Formats: sequence, structure tokens, C-alpha cells
Amino acid sequence: MILNGKARTLPQADDINTDYIISGRYKFKIQDPHELATHVMEDLDPKFFSRLEKGDFLVAGSNFGCGSSREQAPMAIKYANIGAVLAKSFARIFYRNCFNLGLLAIECDTDGISEGDKLEVDLDQGLIRNITKGAEIKIAPLPKTMQTLLADGGLVEHFKKHHGFGI
Amino acid sequence: MNQRGSTIAEKILSNHAGKQARAGDIVIAQLDFMIGQDGTSGVAIDSFRKMNATKVADPNKIAIIIDHSSPSPNEGVSAIHKKIRDFCVEQGIKLYDIGCGVCHQLTPEQGHVVPGDLVIGADSHTCTYGAINVFSTGIGSTDLAAGMISGQLWFKVPETMKIVYQGELPKGVYSKDMILKLIGDIGADGATYLALEISGEAINNLSVDARFTISNMAIECGAKVGLMAADAKALEWVKQHSTKAPHPVTPDKDAVYLKTVEIDLTKLEPQIAKPHTVDNVVPVSQIGEVPVQQGFIGTCTNGRLEDFQIAAKILKGKKVKEGVRLILAPASKDILLDLINDGTYQTLLEAGAVAVTPGCGPCVGTHNGVPSNGENVISTANRNFKGRMGNVNSFIYLGSPATVAASVIEGKIADPRKYL
Repeated sequence: MILNGKARTLPQADDINTDYIISGRYKFKIQDPHELATHVMEDLDPKFFSRLEKGDFLVAGSNFGCGSSREQAPMAIKYANIGAVLAKSFARIFYRNCFNLGLLAIECDTDGISEGDKLEVDLDQGLIRNITKGAEIKIAPLPKTMQTLLADGGLVEHFKKHHGFGI
Repeated sequence: MNQRGSTIAEKILSNHAGKQARAGDIVIAQLDFMIGQDGTSGVAIDSFRKMNATKVADPNKIAIIIDHSSPSPNEGVSAIHKKIRDFCVEQGIKLYDIGCGVCHQLTPEQGHVVPGDLVIGADSHTCTYGAINVFSTGIGSTDLAAGMISGQLWFKVPETMKIVYQGELPKGVYSKDMILKLIGDIGADGATYLALEISGEAINNLSVDARFTISNMAIECGAKVGLMAADAKALEWVKQHSTKAPHPVTPDKDAVYLKTVEIDLTKLEPQIAKPHTVDNVVPVSQIGEVPVQQGFIGTCTNGRLEDFQIAAKILKGKKVKEGVRLILAPASKDILLDLINDGTYQTLLEAGAVAVTPGCGPCVGTHNGVPSNGENVISTANRNFKGRMGNVNSFIYLGSPATVAASVIEGKIADPRKYL
């Protein structure tokens, strides 16, 4: 699988928590994921959603998605049409929630990636090509369980396909 | 196969997977109990329907708690609450409706979980019950849906970090300070993907309520669960709250730990987590002049009986400083009744506190005390993220109930030890 898009960064690289991804002000009252998506990262960068194009990559530092278990966090990212989240490391519940929703989360060294860089994510080769900077970044291999969930399109489809866990 | 011993986490997951499980293994395990709350259960119900499910595997192993925005502050939340109520009636699931309390108080207090159990919750602070030897961990809504349908969930068996608290806890320093110190030392991702096994003489000396405070915040350093062994005190507490048979699990002497962290308590001061991350911790002596406009005592971290009693001891005969607000939210209705019966509430209200419904209160920023622009809040909660309490232009400091009580008297963050 090869994905293409531009890098979108945030004012802060590390410890982006799920409250920042989607505020409690919204997650408790909005049920429509498309509407939720319009508020993604609003508390960190009010213009974040408006500068997104379909397939863009959200690029961050370490411990991305720390904090609450809210599935609305990866949901808001997915419905904002973000192609994948690239970070140095992820918090556990968030990482699991991404794959449960069929959203790709990739662990890699994101230090050399800047806002607007054109990226090509090549999962088969296990690398990211930074077209803008002419650099290649190695991707940590996806755990097998996560590959299965992703291939099935998330946990809902996985559960329907296997009539339970097929892990 | 390596014949080494097992950690508590490995043993509980092995017992529920029906096979020997080692750190790093992926297992499918039987769940003893699972919970959802009003911020996560709506999505879980959506996933349940999308999975074409019609019946939960066992309604007796599920509870849903309406605690995060409770009573409802707006029509959007009301719609989610109604969806949850209807689902609970349809499936015969135990519902704890508005005012019953916080999910992480009710689940152990109402006897749903006992030592040795494997429990999931669609709330990150589900790790709280580790204090009574339960492998309990937070998961997302779709995982909860899968658990409700099948009675199972897959787990990656975590490696374990051993935490040993050495020495006695000084006067005026509490379990909240112990866990803030740990998080400050190892960082917000210091234990990501790991189980914590927490021990030491100081842990044995803590009440079970005080132990919940420590396990509750295991997630704030990224941990999957904050486990303690069940001693006689814990087993007695469980016996008083549950009719279920406990199956306490202890680690083997030759269990393998990824790392051991020792913390010396003998000179520990009250600790403060400064905005906007929980690992931004300093001792109270280094906090400087920080005026506060609001104090909050409550939450799944510090909303229990002794938390309010400690605050009342400090505030008795004194007043919350003019211009400062003190909000109280007991973690359950049972706690509220105890506070009324023993006079603690009267003391706190006479000192100038205001009380809101048992539940999460203002912790999650949907109601019950959203701070204004530029205001500082001193809170007993577990998170101080920017915007957490509903306003990105406010600042949240975390401390013990004693620290909050001392701070609202002085109108600035204060050391509680001089009041004890």
C-alpha cells in the first residue's frame, strides 16, 4: 500500500493528548463524526481543520494520543480525511483505537518532517519518502494483530468477518 | 520454555486466557466485568449495532454509568443519555444513572470486581481497581462493544515495571503526592504499554481508598494497569463491598521485571503538577506565588470519604478566601450520605464550599465549574491538560485534597502541613 499526502504538524510535537485532539466540550454532545471532525485539534490550532486536504498526514512527536480512552479522538482524525498519523510513539489506548477504526498509525522518526512536506508512505517497503526533502525514513513494522485489523477495515468489520476475534 | 516466575499481570491474563501467558504474547481472554460511561458508551452502542449484534453475552457482567456530564447540561448530552438508558433496558444491563457517582468508585464500591478479576472499561482511568488486585484497563468504545458481544477481548501481555515506595509517608503528605512524584520522575510516557506492580511498606500502611488514588493515575505515565497485591486490608475491604469470591494473585519471587523504580518517601513534600501536563511536577516549596480562583475536591482520584475528611479537618472553623470558589463532588452517593452523616459536609459548606452532584463534576469541562480566562484552578483531579476543564485559557494545578483545602484558605497554592 502506498499513500501520498502532505505533512500537517501542530504547534506542539510531544504529548498531544486526546483532549487536544477532540475537546470534551464536543465529544460529550456531538454524535455525528463529520461534525466532530470539524473541531479536530481546535484547542491547539483553531485553523488546523481548515488547512487539511484529503489524505494529509498528521505528523507529531512522542506519546501521541495520551490521556483519555475516547474513541472520538481517532474518529475525528479519520473523518477529517487524514490518511495516517505519523509519530515517534503512541499512547496505548489511542494506538489500539486507531486500528479498531481502520485508521493507520505509524511509528517512525518524525524529526525531519516539516509542515507541508510532500510524503509518500510505502507500507510494503516499510519506509516513508519525503519528496520535498529528498529523504527516506524507516517505519517500525506494524504488529501482526494491527495488520489484521487494518486489512479487515477495523474491528467492526473484523468481528463481522470472523464472527468474533480472528486474531 | 523458560521456567521463570510470573508477574501479577502475567498470572491474571494467563488465568483468563486458559494458557500460560508471557509478556509480549497476544491472548484472547475471558472478561469478568466491563463498564462504559456516558462519554464513551454512545459510540460503543453504535459499534454494537454495526457489528449486527442483538444481544450482549452476559448482561450481569456489564454496567454503564452516567457520570461525566450528569445531570445533562444540554440537549446533545441528553440524547446520548437517552440512548444509553434505552440500551440498558433493552439488554438488561445495570445502569447507574445521574447522581449515583463516578464509574471508578461505583465499580469496586458496589462489589462488581474482586481480586484476580480481569476487567475492561471504556474510560482510561479503569486502571483504578489495580489497587484491589484487579487487572483492569481502559479501552475504546469499539473494544467495549466487542467485549459486550463476546465476553472476551484480546490483550498484549504487558511487561511489568516494579514500583517500590521506601520509608514512611511524612505528615501532611498523601497517596496523591506519592503518585504525582512517580509520574514527575518517570514522565507522561514513562510506563507506556507496561503494567505497574506497586508495593512497599508505605502502600501497606495506606487505606484502600488511598491506594485507589495511586492506581487511578497509572495511566498518567502511560501504564496499562497499576497493580497491587491484595493484603488482609484489601481483602477485608472487598468482603465488605462484594459477595463475589476473590482470587488474589501474588507475583512469583523469580518474576521478571523490565525495571524497578524505588521512591524514598521519608523527605517527600506535598507535590503539585503544574499546567499543562501531569508530569510537570514540583514540590510545594518550589511552586512560588500562584494565586487560585477555584479549588475542586472530587473525581475518581480523590473524591472519597477520607479525602473530604482531610479537607474538613483543615477547613474547620476557617473560611474559603473571598474571591475564591471551592467546588465539591463526592465520587458516589454512598460517600455523599456518609459525608452528611458524619458532619463533614456541614463543616465544608460552612467554610464556604459549594457541592455538586456525585459524579465527575467539573473535571471533564462540560459543566459544574468551567474556569474563566486567565484563572488558576487547584484540583484533586488526575489531569491538568489545557482546556480540560472547558476553557483553554485557564490553568489547572493538581494536588492532594489537603493541598486544595490549604490553598483555598490562602487564595494561593499553599503547603497544607502548617494546618495539621
